Amino acid sequence: MASIQLDKIGKSFGAVDTIREIDLAIDDGEFVCLLGPSGCGKTTTLRMIAGLEQPSRGSIRIGGRDVTCAQPKDRNIGMVFQDYALYPHMTIADNIAYPLKVRGVAEATRHEKAREIAEVLHIGQLLDRLPAQISGGQQQRTSLARALVHPAAAFLFDEPLSNLDARMRVEARAFLHHLQRSRGMTAVYVTHDQAEAMALSTRIAVMCAGDIVQYAPPLEIYRRPATTFVAGFVGDPPMNLVAAQATRNGHDVALRGAGLQMAPIVSWPALDLALERSDRVTVGVRPEHLRITAGDVATNRLHGKLFANEAMGPESLVTLDLDGGVRVTARIFGDASLRIESDAAFAFDADRFTLFDAQGVRIPGAAEDPSN
Amino acid sequence: MSSRGAKVSSRTGVAFMTPAALLIGLFVVFPFFWIIAVSFSNRSLLGANALHPQFVGLKNYLDLFDPATFWGQGGFGPSLWLTIQFVVFSALCGQVLLGLVLAWISRELSPRAKSLLHGIVMLAWILPDVVVGFAWFAYLDRDAGTLNQLLRGLNFPAADFLIEHPFLTICMFNAWRGAAFSMMLFDAALQSIPPSYLETADVVGASSWQKLRDIVLPLIRGHIVTDLILITMWTFNVFTPFLLTAGGPSFESDILPIYTYRIAFKSFEFGKGAAIGVIVMLINLAFSLAYLRLAQRGLRKKGKAA
Repeated sequence: MASIQLDKIGKSFGAVDTIREIDLAIDDGEFVCLLGPSGCGKTTTLRMIAGLEQPSRGSIRIGGRDVTCAQPKDRNIGMVFQDYALYPHMTIADNIAYPLKVRGVAEATRHEKAREIAEVLHIGQLLDRLPAQISGGQQQRTSLARALVHPAAAFLFDEPLSNLDARMRVEARAFLHHLQRSRGMTAVYVTHDQAEAMALSTRIAVMCAGDIVQYAPPLEIYRRPATTFVAGFVGDPPMNLVAAQATRNGHDVALRGAGLQMAPIVSWPALDLALERSDRVTVGVRPEHLRITAGDVATNRLHGKLFANEAMGPESLVTLDLDGGVRVTARIFGDASLRIESDAAFAFDADRFTLFDAQGVRIPGAAEDPSN
Repeated sequence: MSSRGAKVSSRTGVAFMTPAALLIGLFVVFPFFWIIAVSFSNRSLLGANALHPQFVGLKNYLDLFDPATFWGQGGFGPSLWLTIQFVVFSALCGQVLLGLVLAWISRELSPRAKSLLHGIVMLAWILPDVVVGFAWFAYLDRDAGTLNQLLRGLNFPAADFLIEHPFLTICMFNAWRGAAFSMMLFDAALQSIPPSYLETADVVGASSWQKLRDIVLPLIRGHIVTDLILITMWTFNVFTPFLLTAGGPSFESDILPIYTYRIAFKSFEFGKGAAIGVIVMLINLAFSLAYLRLAQRGLRKKGKAA
């Protein structure tokens, strides 16, 4: 296993900068997800690490060795593709053993190794079948086995679970998590599914329009999203974002927005600094930090008309249309007996919201531990 | 589709099919059976047999395979043997292999270079026979031809290819002329292979040859069989080399279509000519079945592993 460093990597197709400039340091044994919407450059970044795409600028090191211009085969990596790329005319055993065949390993030896790794991945009983004769989840594991059969410095995954149905995906995700943690393999994993990224990663690199906007451990990203983009991308449902206007009242700052009412904020130096540039801010609240409130008791509240009330079993998703037209969702434990179109309000605690400045960048909070 | 639409479609369908069916019947189905019938008669263009052809049984076939004349100069045997060599060298080794190589190479070219290459190769295919015939005459001319000019420039002796190497010339000609079809077919076949298949092979370090042998050829097996069947058939029946050598000199490039032409339209022995046509058809059928069997054996081997 090895570390991976991307140093000022950029990729242009003609005049279009697909990747502007990326720095990414992945430690030995880390599981890093490149997370972002389609077209953000995450797959291109992965393909540059694999050597399937040549970066326009910058350098790539794997295990300390500069591989910027090296052929894919000289980078000592294993790769799993979204469509698994299993050869339909080869048996599962031959598919898994193919990397060894290419390296000239004798047939008996390579089939022995294929059997070993297949046992680990619980597909040992399928070795004589063809890819078309096994399920999607088993195909996915076969593809994984082929990447693992030869010891590699790092493993690259290009949305390997997105062709599976929802139930299979959760199962395969846990399996992959266990496999990576128990073997300590270095992995780079591309996905647009934030739940996958949260579940698997030691660190997530959130990408948007060819840039990495935040690179941090999953919970850090969840708790302290760097921008409104990250806040609106991570979480299911994502963080609620409501525009607000700030007015200064002596030492206090009052935030007001359509459908939003908040208690005055005292002593928040970073906020004071942000307000010198613009009085427009965005208030972000996680759905699980909202609760239904009756009357005007709470000071921090969002009020509007009930749009939907979806009971999921252990929890309910309650969605309000705020007076300003913004839609916010609360995740309520149990179920809420509210009628559609009725007036309703959510309350949230003073230490349970995040503020973003006019550029959408998070304002470091007064409520958070300054050592972080 | 509504039930009304379905009701209309069966009658309208027949109406739409009729013109095509008539044409196919007239120009394909009828001649097919007609030629079989003619091959058992002594029909000719001139003489008594032209008016009143008689049934002669297998006489035409027996004449063709008569041991006394079979291997004689300008006979059926040498022509058949020459044609088989012609198919093997100009079609199988020439067009199919050349087409595959061109398609495989053009995969790695830039889009512009690729369309340029394809355009040039296609040109050889779509030009009319007569134009191509004259172009090759000009190209191969003993004194002023481009090829001989080039050879002289490289200090090689000039040659009159049409006379000194007639068979080699028509082989090269046919390979050049028909490679475009195979190239286009294989190009489409290669594009049907998901890029991730070859990228996986790149990552594990497979060479270009390993990728071709282990992944590409097995995956495009169906396309290869289709190509082999068509190319073999077309080459067996190709008449264009006649424009270059007319089968000569002294029958050295006397492939079956030219031989048939000589029998049927120079000696006017329609019955015998038809018999050759039937034999060629049977040979083509045998080749096609062999190719299909080959493809199926590959499939069965795959199935057995399951």
